[in-house]
Amino acid sequence: MNGPVLESDSAAALTVRNLRVGFGSAEPVVRGVSFVVAPGECLAIVGESGSGKSVTARSLLGLAGTNSRVSADRLELGGQNVLGLTDRAWQARRGKDVGLVLQDALVSLDPLRPIGREIADSLRLHTTLGAAGRARRVLELLDAVGLPQPELQVRKLSGQLSGGERQRALIAAAIALNPPLLIADEPTTALDVTVQAQILALLEQITGAGTAVLLISHDLAVVSRVAHRVAVMHDGQLVETGRTTQVLGSPQHEQTRRMVAAIPADKPRGTRLSPSARPDTPSTPDTPSFPDTPSFLSTSGTLSTPTNFGAEVSLESTVVLEAIGLSKSFRRPDGTSQLAVDDVSFTLHHGSTLGIVGESGSGKTTVARLLLALLAPEHGEVHVFGEPWSAASEKTRRGLRASVGAIYQDALGSFDPRWSVAEILTDALNLRHERGAPHTTTRLTSLLDEVGLAPTVLPRRPLELSGGQRQRVGIARALAGRPEILICDEPVSSLDVTVQAQVLDLLDDVQRERGLSLIFISHDLGVVQHISDQIAVMRDGRIVEIGPAERVFAAPQHPYSAQLLAAVPRAPV
Amino acid sequence: MSDLEVQAGLAAQSRQSGPSRRLGVAEATAGVLALLLVASAVVPQLLAPGDPLAIDPLSAFQPPNFAHGFGTDESGRDIYTRVVHGTQYSLVIGAAATAIGLGLGIVLGTLAGMLGRVIDFTVNRFLEVLFAFPGLLLALLFIVIFGPGVVTATIAVGLSTAPGYARIIRAQLITVRSQAFVEAATVLGRTRWQILLRHILPNTLAPLFVLATLGIGQAIVWAATLSYLGLGAEPPTAEWGAMLSAGRTYITSAWWMSFFPGLFIVLTAVTATVLGRSIDRRMRHV
Repeated sequence: MNGPVLESDSAAALTVRNLRVGFGSAEPVVRGVSFVVAPGECLAIVGESGSGKSVTARSLLGLAGTNSRVSADRLELGGQNVLGLTDRAWQARRGKDVGLVLQDALVSLDPLRPIGREIADSLRLHTTLGAAGRARRVLELLDAVGLPQPELQVRKLSGQLSGGERQRALIAAAIALNPPLLIADEPTTALDVTVQAQILALLEQITGAGTAVLLISHDLAVVSRVAHRVAVMHDGQLVETGRTTQVLGSPQHEQTRRMVAAIPADKPRGTRLSPSARPDTPSTPDTPSFPDTPSFLSTSGTLSTPTNFGAEVSLESTVVLEAIGLSKSFRRPDGTSQLAVDDVSFTLHHGSTLGIVGESGSGKTTVARLLLALLAPEHGEVHVFGEPWSAASEKTRRGLRASVGAIYQDALGSFDPRWSVAEILTDALNLRHERGAPHTTTRLTSLLDEVGLAPTVLPRRPLELSGGQRQRVGIARALAGRPEILICDEPVSSLDVTVQAQVLDLLDDVQRERGLSLIFISHDLGVVQHISDQIAVMRDGRIVEIGPAERVFAAPQHPYSAQLLAAVPRAPV
Repeated sequence: MSDLEVQAGLAAQSRQSGPSRRLGVAEATAGVLALLLVASAVVPQLLAPGDPLAIDPLSAFQPPNFAHGFGTDESGRDIYTRVVHGTQYSLVIGAAATAIGLGLGIVLGTLAGMLGRVIDFTVNRFLEVLFAFPGLLLALLFIVIFGPGVVTATIAVGLSTAPGYARIIRAQLITVRSQAFVEAATVLGRTRWQILLRHILPNTLAPLFVLATLGIGQAIVWAATLSYLGLGAEPPTAEWGAMLSAGRTYITSAWWMSFFPGLFIVLTAVTATVLGRSIDRRMRHV
């Protein structure tokens, strides 16, 4: 598959040939995977959830699980066979010969032990260092992973660290024994973009120091920053392997093309990110192959949704929603109050999208709750269609509620767990009392059709649906009341990149067909860039920059916007 | 048709409709026992045609034999007949007491969970005072005030279980109330009452009815305890606790007089508990 690298097999940090992993008597979930990672090389295995990438990573550590069946022609760490090792033999190797970094550092670290002791664990088990030597090494490691003031950090519990700091601590623990191979399973998925960029830089630095890194991710754009080579996994097999620039620049396999096309950043408004999910999708020309970005930009002006959409509408169309000087503070546990939203103002024009972008803690979700009148602002007002909204009583507001829909990040949590999809949508359509009537079924089916779901999901509960299907049901529910404004709070951030692409396309479609106005809140600037006409950048409760999307992206005026922008994962073409 | 095929079929079924729908031995036994108990409560004549109160001094103190399966008591009454006829007392008392406890618990818990801080505080302090007494002591206190009898015993047991239910309901309400789907319903324009009735209460109470099944076993034991102490049903009523109490005097010479009522109290309580657990497990997996 990859000639030049395979030749240097004996020197490889990791050699995997024809790896197969199955559970119980079911079909294997990893079906004949082969790859090699050389010292100082970063190989990324990329695939959607369920593609078998995490199982592959875990079987390289002997952690595939008790009822797993692992077989391979070769499975070697640093030239030594590790296939069929006993648990005891694995214990001697984990940490020493191979380190592991997991996605969620909060659950990977013991919440009741200081991180210093957590990191020192592997030193205590695998080295002869004394207590003082271990303490010194822990400080070195924390310094190496870029945690400021390591002397103070060692005594902290994992709950007292931020997400990025935790992930650094976890990486420090993984590289404590200088393992020749580091496996990182979705190491940045839970992190903000700027923190993600820092962690990726750290991984790059570790690779540069001669460690082989195996990176597992669902996001091609993220891995493209650090990986030398990319292997695309689909349905338990590697469908394409090659140098990163080559795989992203001219993807051969259909699955790779789909993943490359799903990267939202730098794709102009109206560009489809996924192969059409709905046969009756209106005129927008599908872009079956990955567009060469620069030339495509110039041709995209002819698409049905011009890129200067926002600029156009703001001149002539009406304001549907207006926030005027919104402020809201919360009481902290220690009694002091913290300003979560500070003097936020903006207007949303009919048919356009305002993207609000910011990192965790920037106050963007509080803004969403203020806009939905789930919270009352301390200062300022929200107007909807020129009418008072936040200042009105809930009773008056209720009449208007149908025209302001909401889509949530955690679609599952936003559904009553006792209700089936049919019940959820019947309720949202206000047809509760006509259940079973023939026109009810028709309306349910047409609603499902609009969001690209088959009527077969009706009797199922959201728990039994996939993440993408759940979010589609969420969108269907929001559309049921024929809203004119949709407030979307991180609607795609818990989805795989390819599923995210489908949901973004869907939002784009319904917006165009129904003439909706959207508030789109996200921490992911790439997503916001793709879907928004106007962009507001939030930091510490304030809007630091607001303007037309192209202008903000082409010439950010606030240094923070520029910093966010630089951290956006994009396909290097 | 081999067993294997049947099992495979069952397994396939369970995969379709959620995890493990197969009945365990304990659950199946409990199910059969529950049916028998309900039958003897509803149509005791069918299982024991005799009169539970008919005395026959000539055949007093007979140990279990062919004519009297469970033996006879000091007046020659057939213990088997009495035990079967006593089922209705225990089941009705158990169910009624649990219903009273649950009902009160729902009212108190909902008040505390829904109506703001002042009421929450008041209800909570009140519950804490009640909690300070052991449940049975609370029941005794009630009976001391209102006098013994089946009805007072039932109400007393119900009252003493109410604080526990109220606590659980309040906690569950507060959890459910802050969940995203409640907010989503607000955004859809539902009123507070609609949200309370359609979302909050159903999601609060569903797990509670499982708990109530478990509570029936407990209530039956408590009711029997009160009767045993002479504060509930009075002899010669065929009530298990009262029978147990009557048999106590003769426990060295006529063990069967207290053994069989006691056995049925235990069996009923265990049956209710096993069924409650099993329903609980199933609900959790859905």
